[in-house]
Formats: sequence, C-alpha cells, structure tokens
Amino acid sequence: MRELTCIVCPKGCRLKVDEAHDWAVTGNSCPRGAEYGKAECVAPTRVVTSTVRIEGGTHRRIPVKTSGPIPKKDVFAAMALLDAVCLQAPVEAHVPVVRDILGTGVDFITTRAMKRED
Amino acid sequence: MKYDLIVVGGGPAGLAAAKAAREAGLTRILILERDKELGGILNQCIHNGFGLHRFQEELTGPEYAGRYLAMLEGTGVETRLDTMVLEVTPDRRVCCINPRDGYREYEAASVVLAMGCRERTRGAIALPGSRCAGVFTAGAAQRFLNMEGYMVGRRVVILGSGDIGLIMARRMTLEGAQVLACVEVMPHPGGLTRNIVQCLEDFNIPLYLSHTITDIRGSGRVEQVTVAQVDENRTPVPGTERVFDCDTVLLSVGLIPENELTRQAGAQMDPRTGGAQVWENMETSIPGVFACGNVVHVHDLVDFVSAESERAGRAAAAFVQGSAGQAGPVLELQAGQGVRYTVPQKLRLSQVEKNAEVFFRVTRMFGPARVQVRSGEQVLARFARDRMAPGEMERIAVPRVLLDKADAEQALVVEVQEETP
Repeated sequence: MRELTCIVCPKGCRLKVDEAHDWAVTGNSCPRGAEYGKAECVAPTRVVTSTVRIEGGTHRRIPVKTSGPIPKKDVFAAMALLDAVCLQAPVEAHVPVVRDILGTGVDFITTRAMKRED
Repeated sequence: MKYDLIVVGGGPAGLAAAKAAREAGLTRILILERDKELGGILNQCIHNGFGLHRFQEELTGPEYAGRYLAMLEGTGVETRLDTMVLEVTPDRRVCCINPRDGYREYEAASVVLAMGCRERTRGAIALPGSRCAGVFTAGAAQRFLNMEGYMVGRRVVILGSGDIGLIMARRMTLEGAQVLACVEVMPHPGGLTRNIVQCLEDFNIPLYLSHTITDIRGSGRVEQVTVAQVDENRTPVPGTERVFDCDTVLLSVGLIPENELTRQAGAQMDPRTGGAQVWENMETSIPGVFACGNVVHVHDLVDFVSAESERAGRAAAAFVQGSAGQAGPVLELQAGQGVRYTVPQKLRLSQVEKNAEVFFRVTRMFGPARVQVRSGEQVLARFARDRMAPGEMERIAVPRVLLDKADAEQALVVEVQEETP
C-alpha cells in the first residue's frame, strides 16, 4: 500500500494505492484522483511550465507549457530544449515552440499572446 | 465624464468585477491599472493549476487572465494602463495620474476596489543580519525570472512555505538553481499540500518546519544564512543552528491587502483580514464603494477571487440601477472559537437570496470537526469537515431559511467544534 497526496487539484486528497490489486486507489474524491494515483505509481508524469526568450515584445520572456503531461523523468531534459528557442513578437497564444518533446508527441506551446512593442 | 463604474486594479478581481457589471447592464465602465498591461499577478504565475473551479480545466496564470481578457473584448469596457490611482473619495470621485493624460479626476456612480495585495518584506518581519543584496520576496523574484528574464540566484534558501515560495522553489530548481532548504517557522506548512508535494518533494527539497533564519551574512551579496529550530513561542533554540552557503534568500512570509486608498476613503477596516469590512454583496461601509479579491482578504485560489469579484460587479450594477434591495435586519458575524475571521463581516438579511456564503480561515490545524453557526445559544447550522488548515480558506453556505431564525440583537457566531474521538 502506497500513500500519496493527490496533486490534481488544490483539495489535496490523501490517496492509498494498492500495488497488489491492480493499483486500486482509495481516498480519492473524484475519478481524476484514481487516475493520478495509479499513474503516479506506474508511470509518473508532469505538465511542465516555463518561459522562452522573446524579442520585440512587451516582456523579455513569454510563458510556455507542455501541451500534455510528459514522463517525470524527462522533465529536466525537456527544460533544456527551451534554451535554444527565441521568438519574435508578436506571438499568439497556444503556438507550438518545440514540437514532439523527446519523442513524446507532446509540444511546448505559448500560454499567452504578446504584442510587438517598439 | 461620469462613469457607471470605475474599477481600481486590472488583475483577476478587477477583470471579473468589470465583466459581471457589464453583463448586468452597465455600459460606461473604466478599469484603472498601474501596470502596462491587464492581468495583474496572473501574468507572472506561469505555472498551472488555475481555473479548475471556474473553467473546469487546468490553466496557467496567463491563460486564466487571457480568458477574462477575451470575455471583455468588444464589450466597450475602457481601460487606462500605466495609471496610478491617488485617491478615491467617499462621494466616488477617483483621482489618478498617468504619463499620457497627467492628473485626472473622474466621477463614478459606483467604485470597485480591486487593488490586490503585496508581499510582506524583510523589514516587516525584522529578519536580522547583513543588509546585503540577494534577499528577495518570492513574488519579486518570480517577476524577474518569468517576465523580465533575470535569474535571481544559484543557491537558494526560502523562508516561509507560502504557495509563492513553494512554486518558486520548483521554478528555480527547473532553471538550474539549487534550492537548499525551505524554512517555515510554524509547525505546519503555509501553502497547499499539493504544492508541498509537487514543488518540494518532487525535487527532494528539504522542508524545515518550526525553524527560522536567525542570521544572514554577506558583504555585497548574500553568502551564508543561519537556520535554527524554534520552540513553541517561536523563539530560536540555542545549539540547533545550521549554516547554509547560499547567494539568495527568497521570502514567502505572507501577503498584506493593499488598502491605502480604502483607508483614505474612510471605509471601516477589519484588523484581522487587513481589508475593508464588507456586506454580503461586497459593499464596504461607504455606499456604492465595493471591494473584492485579495484587497479584502488574501485568497488561496484565483477561482474564488473571480467568483467573489463577479458578485461585487453585479452588486455595483444593482446599486447604479437602483435595484439594490431595501434595508432590513442586519446580522453581524463574529469569528468564534477556532476561526480567525469571516468575510463578509455583516449580512443584510433582505439581500440574501437562497444562501449566504461565508468565507473564513481557521486558527490552527483541525482533524474531524464541525463548523457551526450560532445565534446566542441557538445553533442554526452545522457543517462537517474532515480536516481544516489555516492555509486553506473555508467556505460555508448558510441557507436563508435558517438565517431568518437568527436573533438580530446578537452576533452570528461562526466557530469550530472539534469532534471528540
């Protein structure tokens, strides 16, 4: 039996995951908690948020996120891919800036629009 | 030019209030914002976890702000950016200044105060040691890192376990810094449990509960901090000191509602929340002046800021349209045993529709307990809780039919009753 705190929402349910019985989850208050509990034990994933360089915009950085969860073990390698990225303003929200991160099929996408500021 | 509504602050609270007031029929709405864009603190909160209640999806801060900006687009709501409000008068004149128009005064039929809060600083907690560079509030560091493109440090100690500090522990780690410790003076963490898990435990960052920083040393830049255990009176215990070699200290030691304008306007304040006293519809003691979001009380979740602010926006519209209800019995709320404060602080019974929503924080950790609402000796309502923590805002909805039984001569007490095991 493994005990976890669910991180799906701010409620933070205390989960119990039974490894011996197909990772059955108890203590969750929604189906997403059950999903998280099993995934966290079998193949943990995370959504990664960060920023990339942007030139000519309102700010010097523009925020990005992975379009879906990626394996937790790949988080630092995924972060390293962002170092080479430099966008030119204007940029729309939800534009891919790195495609198919480490073969996961997940992209890094912008999470806001940024206007050009001269 | 007279506006129906002037909103002071274009963060999540101001945006939601303007949107709701527009939908309720007000047309001349002006948002005054001191930054160069709308969105407030959400712009620097690039992590996800926002919007699960409001939009039933997990959004990042900028995406959450983007939703509200999209809702306001094309509605005719005006915005003045780079604009600092200097004064709001009790007769609802708003005085402000910006580099383009200079000094301006506007009249408004209603005002929503949505200035948010600011961080408690090193000076506010009397943190001893050298006055060297490298000591930042967590939010200032977050803005440097996420928006302005400066890496604020390489070896970091975080004081306080509020959510912003926890989020920054992860963020700094992902950007290649080493976070040596998160130090919390209380015996329990300040932030949400899920942030302890996904920001500290995920990266093996040690959390020292019942510890504090007793010294910061460095000439020019931070070089070392001393951390010591504290006793139950929060006094450092001699002999428990440990020294960390680091170049940066981040402070996540609480937020203070930013109420200079509110006080200047003469609104009655609540010393426990640091914000204005408000009625059930978020109106302050000054008729037609409403307040919502972190300027009233510090929230944990932006979703609840939006909900509260939409109520304030609708109430401002009702005030302007003259459809606000008649006065009637007033119930004064009182934070009883185990409760630090309540929002609202007062209820006009005639204004309560089906339920009166009451928000509060508990004074300490509770296991299984009941929150009870009492009028004199008479318990009107009880709400069961498995656990409650000071770091997590609680909400109860008290049905109007039960409130009707309350004695208006007595305070309505909200209190915690522990369940005996």
